[in-house]
Amino acid sequence: MSHPPINRYTSTAIVLHWALALAILSSFGLGLYMADLPFSLQRVKLYNWHKWAGVTILALSAVRLLWRLTHRPPPDAAMPSWQATASRLAHRALYVLFFAVPIAGWAYSSAAGFPIVWFGVLPLPDLLPADKALAEAVKPLHEILAWALVVVAAVHVVAALKHQFIDRDGLIARMLPLRRSEQ
Amino acid sequence: MTLPLARRSILSCISLTALLTLAAWAPGASAQQVVAAQSDISFTTRQMGVPVDGKFRKFEAQVAFDPKQPAAAKIAFTIDLATTSIGTAETEAELVKPDWFNTPKFPKATFTSTGVKALGGGRFEIAGNLGIKGATQPVTVPVTLTQSGGTTTANGAFTVKRLDFRIGDGEWKDVSVVANEVQVKFKLALTGVGPL
Repeated sequence: MSHPPINRYTSTAIVLHWALALAILSSFGLGLYMADLPFSLQRVKLYNWHKWAGVTILALSAVRLLWRLTHRPPPDAAMPSWQATASRLAHRALYVLFFAVPIAGWAYSSAAGFPIVWFGVLPLPDLLPADKALAEAVKPLHEILAWALVVVAAVHVVAALKHQFIDRDGLIARMLPLRRSEQ
Repeated sequence: MTLPLARRSILSCISLTALLTLAAWAPGASAQQVVAAQSDISFTTRQMGVPVDGKFRKFEAQVAFDPKQPAAAKIAFTIDLATTSIGTAETEAELVKPDWFNTPKFPKATFTSTGVKALGGGRFEIAGNLGIKGATQPVTVPVTLTQSGGTTTANGAFTVKRLDFRIGDGEWKDVSVVANEVQVKFKLALTGVGPL
């Protein structure tokens, strides 16, 4: 059996895609949960974990963007041009939000007077000066951008499932972690 | 107007104490004055590696200090712990509770010197007892004095282990979240100190 033409993302891209999907979804859930907790030791821990995760997402997103700029993704399936355009816009929005959400969170933490110390070890520079009014202004921005990221990601998932189960064009195989029916 | 006997004896007791205190703190000269506006006592604690700065807004210090006779010096601090500011109102509301400073029961932190040693070059080492939340621990505080005009500024820093004073009790004993070591920093501006 001969190998099909290159129609999959590289392993690097696949690992980054799924690791970041998991990290972003968990951080989002954690963010929603922790925001309403009363003052406690557990809340201090959760806030710091959320920030560490956010900075990790930011760093991995930079690697991912670098990959994307230096590689040509596998070919798309045939689809109406409006869908191709929508797909291109959605992916661009995702990449913008991969950066915008953690940066807004980092800025909020700085403005709130809590510098981020990555994994409790690496102190990061403040993006904004400590200022209560500024913190209150940036907080909803972080929240709105996070919701936007989750909504666009949900559209992305729905579109992928539509390709798989309605169009049945096998597009999803480009990003699935396991190779099947080869060798 | 005659005062009731009990009240009069309390008053004379107070004035006697004041006199004795003045005498004790004034070896020949009058005690030094603290310039509150140019003085501050602050601290830094760490939450999972993140520095959190705080400040005591109200404190008093009595200083009787002659650079020529450091051994005779007497230094005493009283800090009003309910005036601690730490950046967020929510955390400040926690600080006064029993797990932390328990200010309704222990409103003040105190420091009383037991000995002052000159190290040369304007540097001194002050030994004393630090009392917080009903516990007392000996501490040694290095201080550097600088003089400019009529003002002498004392700068110093030392580390306190919060658990020695049960500051952060219950679940907060976990030093992996809130570090045990608290860095205390102070700047005290004094007038009336003799030349170094």
